[in-house]
Amino acid sequence: MMVVLWTDALLWLVFALGLGYGLYAARRPHLRAPWRRVVRSRTALAAAVVLAAYAVVGLLDSIHLRAGPRDQGPYAGEVVSLLDRLLTPLRVHQEKTYAAPFALHLYARETVQGPDGRPLRTWPRLRWAPEGVDEAHKAGHILRLALKGVLWGLMAWLAFWGLLAAALARVRRATFGGTARRLVRGGDPVPWPTLLGTAALVLVVAGVLAAWAPHYHVLGTDKVGEDVLYQALKSVRTGIVIGTLTTLVMLPAAILLGIAAGYFRGWVDDVIQYVYTTLSSIPGVLLIAAAVLMLQIYMSNHPGEFDSLVRRADLRLLFLCLILGITSWTTLCRLLRGETLKLRDQDYVQAAHAFGVAHFTIIARHILPNVLHIVLITLVLDFSGLVLAEAVLSYVNIGVDPTMNSWGNMINGARLELAREPMVWWSLAAAFLFMFGLVLAANLLSDVVQAAFDPRTRGARR
Amino acid sequence: MTAPALVVRDLSVSVGGSRVVDGVDLEVAAGETFALLGESGCGKSMTALALMRLLPPGGRVRSGSVRLDGEELLDLPEYAMRGVRGGRLGMIFQEPQTSLNPVLRVGDQIAEAARLHDPAADPRRRAVELLAAVGIPDPERRVREFPHQLSGGMKQRVMIAMALAGRPRLLIADEPTTALDVTIQAQVLDLLADLRRETGMAMMLITHDLGVVAESAGRLAIMYAGQILESAPVGAFFAAPAHPYGRMLLAALPTGERRGGHLAAIEGRVPSPDEALQGCRFAPRCPQAEARCHRQPPDWHPVGPGHRVRCHLWAQGGHGAHVDVPVAKGPGAEEGAAAPLLETQGLQVHFPIRKGLLKRVVGRVRAVDGIDLHLDAGRTLALVGESGCGKTTCGKALLQLIRPTGGRVLYRGRDLAALSGRALRPFRRELQIVFQDPFAAMNPRMLVGDIVAEGLVAQGLAKDRAERRARVAELLERVGIAPEAAARYPHEFSGGQRQRICIARALAVEPRLIVCDEPTSALDVSVQAQILNLLHDLQTGLGLAYLFITHDISVVAYLAHEVAVMYLGRIVERGRVEAVLAAPLHPYTRALLSAVPEPDPASRRQRIHLEGDMPSPADPPGGCHFHPRCPEADARCAREYPPLRTLSSGRVVACHHVPDG
Ligand code: SF4
Ligand code: SF4
Repeated sequence: MMVVLWTDALLWLVFALGLGYGLYAARRPHLRAPWRRVVRSRTALAAAVVLAAYAVVGLLDSIHLRAGPRDQGPYAGEVVSLLDRLLTPLRVHQEKTYAAPFALHLYARETVQGPDGRPLRTWPRLRWAPEGVDEAHKAGHILRLALKGVLWGLMAWLAFWGLLAAALARVRRATFGGTARRLVRGGDPVPWPTLLGTAALVLVVAGVLAAWAPHYHVLGTDKVGEDVLYQALKSVRTGIVIGTLTTLVMLPAAILLGIAAGYFRGWVDDVIQYVYTTLSSIPGVLLIAAAVLMLQIYMSNHPGEFDSLVRRADLRLLFLCLILGITSWTTLCRLLRGETLKLRDQDYVQAAHAFGVAHFTIIARHILPNVLHIVLITLVLDFSGLVLAEAVLSYVNIGVDPTMNSWGNMINGARLELAREPMVWWSLAAAFLFMFGLVLAANLLSDVVQAAFDPRTRGARR
Repeated sequence: MTAPALVVRDLSVSVGGSRVVDGVDLEVAAGETFALLGESGCGKSMTALALMRLLPPGGRVRSGSVRLDGEELLDLPEYAMRGVRGGRLGMIFQEPQTSLNPVLRVGDQIAEAARLHDPAADPRRRAVELLAAVGIPDPERRVREFPHQLSGGMKQRVMIAMALAGRPRLLIADEPTTALDVTIQAQVLDLLADLRRETGMAMMLITHDLGVVAESAGRLAIMYAGQILESAPVGAFFAAPAHPYGRMLLAALPTGERRGGHLAAIEGRVPSPDEALQGCRFAPRCPQAEARCHRQPPDWHPVGPGHRVRCHLWAQGGHGAHVDVPVAKGPGAEEGAAAPLLETQGLQVHFPIRKGLLKRVVGRVRAVDGIDLHLDAGRTLALVGESGCGKTTCGKALLQLIRPTGGRVLYRGRDLAALSGRALRPFRRELQIVFQDPFAAMNPRMLVGDIVAEGLVAQGLAKDRAERRARVAELLERVGIAPEAAARYPHEFSGGQRQRICIARALAVEPRLIVCDEPTSALDVSVQAQILNLLHDLQTGLGLAYLFITHDISVVAYLAHEVAVMYLGRIVERGRVEAVLAAPLHPYTRALLSAVPEPDPASRRQRIHLEGDMPSPADPPGGCHFHPRCPEADARCAREYPPLRTLSSGRVVACHHVPDG
């Protein structure tokens, strides 16, 4: 049975909007041209492939189902996502407590009953350690699995290549073989080899992980024995939700007020400027902390209103997006106001006035399309900043729900783990690695997008 | 002729693979002014940059030689070239604003140039000397000022002073006066001529303005699509241009004699440099082109002493080359029916100057300060003035694009200034505007068809899509654009074509009056002629009235019936075009007219020199606004503003010293 959470719906809405924008832009040369410049950049293409991988994980994690009674284990009746289903081995392979990456035994010594009945202080073997593999055979086993994984990855890659070539061949009315060859050799303005290369890398890594995951805890386990790789993957969705929904929330207000201020000037401008100057002078963290604490109190006072933990965590996430949006719309608003001030004195706007065109029509036809590039640049630039902001907020405990997987919560937990002796480093490392990949890819892409859309840099890079 | 200071042989330059300069030969003698004439994109600026070895990224010299006093510049290493640049080879640019560093004092910038190229002299002293040499009054004070404290003309003088710091043998001036007003342009051209005479340097003047060439150059070369087509002594060229392109350029100039007729517009446009051309570069636009013109590039043929031309017609000594350029006489639109259409009474537009925390109003910019105009149906009134005189503001105030702060705008007896936005809407149909810059006048994100239809939609003039499309096609055809253009974007069109589309957009609502705000000043001469012809035809065909805002006197002479001259927000003289241009009465009008360079070296008139620049409209001088610059001012002029008087000839003038007669 499908369960639709608020953020699920909104995330898919963002996805649909993105698709819609793509179709819209494809038919308009002035929008197609800058995007063409983006696709022709190697960096952007590679970054886009990595982002697409993250997006697939995030979107799979945004289709929630209520596990039926047939599902075994402790999860019967719980709300789980499609991703959870795919990652079932990771999800159910729960250990007792910490285990290092690829370990066969727990990380800490425990007192167990020896075979002879006497208490023995040792490192107990993991519940889900692969059978019949001991320390001596471990390396060989891991290597065999890795080879299998590489093979899977390559097969997936071949399929991807074939599909891409078939699609392109259809569009260009060329032969399949020729197109496929061109794709790896290059020669098109779009650097296809970069695309395929990055895809190969991503798919092989995914294949190897998939081969290892049922047998080992690739990134170890956390305090309660949960697989860290699973946590990190689940956190992808949280990061993407924060990064996209926040901007989606703030967008209408920023666009409306920014353009209104710049276009009408006078007292409208004064009021709007006053509002955003005031708002941006309040420290954002303070506002967020106050709002989140209030929500927490509300939730604990009205436990009956939330039928599951997942729903409750989801609402808190959405609320966080809202609050972050409210504190961050002012920048975009200010940019839009400035640009609109410039545009409204353009001759074509004056010409529209001379025809007696209504204000609303002028805004919709002449102002909005000419400021959209600013909106786009802000969107992509803000994304990585927001992902990082989530981590910081969760770290100081005013971020997402503690039960929700997020990189911020992982880092927060790692605070104590690093102080242990021996040190538990893998949670932090995993959170860092996944976050770094996402933010780096987003930043690389946004640089290229900005260069392509910003009229000031457009001439410079050619 | 003395030994040439600069000899250029077979210079070819390519930028990003396209040949922008192709086999150019030049010679400039010491003490001579040589003009390189051409329309935008012909490669004249690239030639200059190649001489300086300052080509933009992607540009390189493919072949040729550039010798300055016998020394080959193209072979010099870069560090040696740096010594030549700004030293023996000086250059001044079109935009003085962007060529000066805004955070450095003027004196320091000149001193720096002087120190580099003239280490012996004391750079500060030299800076003062140079400023004095370029005619800047009170140079000791000026050296301590910053660029923003100087006017445009002053800045150009400072640029010239910097170029002179290295005692150049050759001064390259790239459109040195294009950004300046006519009266300031006259000052700068005179200054350049004086300096050349005093120092004996050679000067290369790069310009698109035939008038400037006729007034200040000794020899000229016409450049077109990267090649030189004709080179001649200035006198010989203006007496009898040999190349069809040169002849058509002269015939395309609007003048008083050509009013009522068509100008010889050159069809089409300058080919872009990446188009591969064989044969004569001008062949696609040449009315005299023959079969061989398209196949075989023409050689140089002599025409007279020092006069050569690159055209097949001259292969047999000019036989057949004297076919007249066709000038079709259109139906004369001279005396239209005179019914008053638009009238302004005491029109005022004041902008408040706000300062401080509370944005208190501390003063007013009197952009338009009490203007009375009168325009009849089917006639053209030209509003003439230099930049900053308020003429554009006045035009926008008529259309209520800027709301007047005082006075009345009567359109057929209704005061538009008193109407609210909604009540004004029906009148929007009757009054339209065409802007100066055809690139900024269209939303780059809209299709041409939607742009032209904007007025139809806003005024509810076309009921459905099909009717709208038909109207747009009709309008585009009317202005000479193929109707298929409706499905394309503005950036696919050239400047002249865009201006046509803008005119079609204005025509869509069937206006009675169009305010033309310098509609041709951003266009090349040959394209300007096309637009003027179009405007002329539309007036005769549709009975439109034009308010033509311009600084270009020759356009006024060609197109207007009445003329009003503006200075600092007020009208100083008004009357019929022929009368005002033939016998200007107001001292400002006289100076303005005398400063306009005539494309006819034979008619060198006495120029009336105006000192200084136009004052700021925020702080106009007391008494007659013109008195600080007026050659005829006396004590009374400084005290009281002269009232507008109507003379018995019907002329209206605001000056104490014009006799009523
Ligand atoms: S060579 Fe032919 S096409 Fe070229 S200008 Fe002469 S006549 Fe015209
Ligand atoms: S009133 Fe005096 S200052 Fe003004 S234009 Fe006439 S003569 Fe010159």
